Amino acid sequence: MNLASINIFAILPAVVLSVFGIAVMVAEPFVTDRKKSTLGWLAFSGTLAGMLALIPMADNGGQWYSNLWIVDDYNIFFNFIFLLIAAVTILTSLDFLRRENMNHAEFYALLLFATAGMLMMSGSNELVMIFLGLEILSIATYVMAGFRRTDLKSNESALKYFLLGSFSSAFFLYGIALIFGATGSTNLLAIAQSLRSPDIPMNLVYLSAALMLIALCFKVAVAPFHIWTPDVYEGAPTPVTGFMSVGPKAAGFAVLFRVFLTAFGMIEDRWVSAFWLVAALTMVLGNVIAVVQPNIKRMLAYSSIAHAGYVAVALTSASNRGGSAALFYLLAYSLMNLGAFAVVTIMSRSEDKMVNLTDYAGLGAKRPGLAAVLSLFLLSLAGVPGTSGFAGKFFIFRAAVESHLVWLAIIGVVTTVVSFYYYLYVIVQMYMREPNEEFSDVRVAGSLKVALVISAFGTLYLGILPTRVLDWTTTAALNALK
Amino acid sequence: MQDSSNFKISEYGRGIPRQNMGNLISSHILTIITFTPAVGALLILFFNRAQIRSIRTFALVITILAFLFSLYLPARFASGNPEFQFRLDVPWMPSLGITYSMGIDGISLFLILLTTLLSPLAILASWSIRDRLKEYFIFMLLLETGMIGVFASLDLFLFYVFWEVMLIPMYFLIGVWGGERRIYAAMKFVLYTMVGSVLMLVAIIALYFLHGDATGTFTFSYPDIQAALAGSRFVLERSTEFWLFLAFFLAFAIKVPLFPFHTWLPDAHVEAPTAGSVLLAGVLLKMGTYGLVRFSLPLFPAASHLFAPLISLLAVVGIIYGALVAMVQPDMKKLVAYSSVSHLGFIVLGIFSFTTQGTEGAIYQMLNHGISTGALFLIVGIIYDRRHTRAIDQFGGLAHRMPVYAAFFMIVTLSSIGLPGLNGFVGEFLILLGTFGANKARAALAATGVILSAVYMLWMYQRVIWGEITNEQNRSLADLGFRERAMLIPLLILMVWMGIYSNHFLRPMDASVTKLMNRVQNVQLQYAGQPK
Repeated sequence: MNLASINIFAILPAVVLSVFGIAVMVAEPFVTDRKKSTLGWLAFSGTLAGMLALIPMADNGGQWYSNLWIVDDYNIFFNFIFLLIAAVTILTSLDFLRRENMNHAEFYALLLFATAGMLMMSGSNELVMIFLGLEILSIATYVMAGFRRTDLKSNESALKYFLLGSFSSAFFLYGIALIFGATGSTNLLAIAQSLRSPDIPMNLVYLSAALMLIALCFKVAVAPFHIWTPDVYEGAPTPVTGFMSVGPKAAGFAVLFRVFLTAFGMIEDRWVSAFWLVAALTMVLGNVIAVVQPNIKRMLAYSSIAHAGYVAVALTSASNRGGSAALFYLLAYSLMNLGAFAVVTIMSRSEDKMVNLTDYAGLGAKRPGLAAVLSLFLLSLAGVPGTSGFAGKFFIFRAAVESHLVWLAIIGVVTTVVSFYYYLYVIVQMYMREPNEEFSDVRVAGSLKVALVISAFGTLYLGILPTRVLDWTTTAALNALK
Repeated sequence: MQDSSNFKISEYGRGIPRQNMGNLISSHILTIITFTPAVGALLILFFNRAQIRSIRTFALVITILAFLFSLYLPARFASGNPEFQFRLDVPWMPSLGITYSMGIDGISLFLILLTTLLSPLAILASWSIRDRLKEYFIFMLLLETGMIGVFASLDLFLFYVFWEVMLIPMYFLIGVWGGERRIYAAMKFVLYTMVGSVLMLVAIIALYFLHGDATGTFTFSYPDIQAALAGSRFVLERSTEFWLFLAFFLAFAIKVPLFPFHTWLPDAHVEAPTAGSVLLAGVLLKMGTYGLVRFSLPLFPAASHLFAPLISLLAVVGIIYGALVAMVQPDMKKLVAYSSVSHLGFIVLGIFSFTTQGTEGAIYQMLNHGISTGALFLIVGIIYDRRHTRAIDQFGGLAHRMPVYAAFFMIVTLSSIGLPGLNGFVGEFLILLGTFGANKARAALAATGVILSAVYMLWMYQRVIWGEITNEQNRSLADLGFRERAMLIPLLILMVWMGIYSNHFLRPMDASVTKLMNRVQNVQLQYAGQPK
């Protein structure tokens, strides 16, 4: 590769994040304990700088670095989601880390690196690069899950995530090896090209697709590969849980779409029925099991499984509308779920202790503002019209019906009704039960307020005026459908 | 340069010409009526929690304002015109064919007026609410916006949005300010209604694609889809129509509620606060029957005919079953709730008679039921505020202490059982007339419901009002105050007005109902003529 082919602008956001991440790590020993939060703000400005860097990146569309890297609307859209997730997560963590006496600035560095990994996943046109992004993301997240070093549950969470994550990475790698064996390439477009020729050992291709599907299903936590989710989500520090429930999930879907629509688009008829099954199973299991969870983090864990099921419905439709709906839904879901987890972070208080649904009893009477925003996020997760959750679900079911997946749409809407039960149950606790306490130790720091405002605004904006973003996701989805 | 100056003159220099101003009002009036309460709810957010009196008054003023705005509708409504009037179409999500489309015809005109009339009365009935007043009135106002929106929206997507959004304030009203088993009742209400409506959403999307594929225009606009169906530019296959009809029907049948989907209703009614019950019975139930008239019949006429015998049977069963269960209720509110099941059965029967009289009677009866049952819930609420019980056997001889109450109660009771000269008679008579033409046995069975309703209503009235005062606690009861009279008198006036001058209300419906009947009966002919 000669120097002329290096285009720094095409990878600018990832570079910016890495630079800021390294700066945070280098600066960490020189900052006194009381001022560690400054580094959090440094990391936050890193995410903002990353978003600014999207502008020059958007002007450099096309393939770069010997076709390793692709800059298109699809990539830009996902980069935007990832940077948004990182920014909101930092805002949620700032107060949390201070409160829990684990204000180590490495946390922010890890978060930035994890985000850089996600950026690589959505922008790569090459399976090996995707794998590298996946590992960068995963390893940083393993550490973050175990960030409460002295807590058994946090350690359990990190270990479980690590073991199962490694397994799924191995599956993915095996899939790459097989497709390389079958087609002689790891480039997605090249794979798509060679699948058109008749002398390809198709059985190897199917096997490879199946292995990659399994690996990615692990990452996005869809049934039947979801078993690890509740334990990992419950044990991890709450802001990390929030991050894990949206970041790696969105990144996993970014890869799923790219790999299956671009590279394996030719053998669509083979994988669509597998997706159908995964989507149906995920929606049913996620929603039904969430009903009986007494712990809000576990409840949201199952709910996040269920939401992955809805995105899988959009993927099953394998159409442009489906892709567009899925991207829209991922953005909507990220915002509302981060918002919900921000409130859970506030409410969990010292040592993440208060995470039972009954701990929310009477919140509506004592802290009406907090209860109102959580209600907004929960109603949006349930899919009440006027919120982003409804708009997203509507687009997904529209795509499903268009692709003649009426039964899948029916399963989807009926399980949505089930989800109303457990989301409304939290509202029951907040508004319809008597308070057991005064909630006097519930503090809403300024950074958390910003996080809540961003999430709430996004949830309402996408719910009431979704067209502009939907147009964006439509062009973005076209990129993946080549 | 010249162009821009010309533009300025025409835009700003001359002002808006008078007739444009009139158009502007008439096209935006529905939006104004719909969102006045929502804006009011937003403003209540800025009130100080402690200012109980001003929050209450403000909410009342807002609902009265919405009512006054809504009077513009009957004043400017063109009676002979069967099309939608006061239309406003603004692209909302143009790439999806979703329009913010509002408009009313003779069928929805009075339902909107009913909503705007009952809302201030319901606010007046909320004076005894002390707990979390601010939230209470916010939810009341949001509920009103949702209800008006359901009747005024002409875009299927917009309709669905209002239809669902309205559940949330009602859920809170029942769940927070309700009785003992309020949480159970609120949950049951939401989940029951949701099950029906989500399937309707799938059906709406399917209809959108079927219409789009057939005509090339992808739109959720109800008038467009309906016109395409009526003009045979868009034909539904028999089996498709069958399933779509069922999906819509389930949503509406649960809302009505039609026997056997009625079990959420007694729970919700009994647990809801008085104002909630008034709006639930007065307006929410009408959404189901409105949906049947507005969507099920004109969109799926063949399937409507196919299912009519079954639905009519369920309606008759509901009439008799509701009446029998009402008879044995020890709780006044539960009695009124079951009487709603019975009365709503009449309405469904009238709709599925496919006759002009039956349908007009059904729409008339929707208004009657809203007025009479709304008034009954107010009556029960008044006595509940005084005694904190609704058990019939706790009362007796109230006429001695509360003569005005007894008199008002009497008129409401008579209106509810359909005494000639009052509103209920007109509706029931038209329905029975229409049904008789279609099926004599059904009409005969339904008529027994009229008799049964006299039994349970008069029996309750007798036990509560007549006789000697048996319970010492009833000796000190005060008669109706000014506020309580103010909330009942408008309804009493309407009962008499609608009983005597029924033409004032039937004439505006005529053109729209005739149009609907043309659509439905034409298909009946085709249907009958087809070889099996």
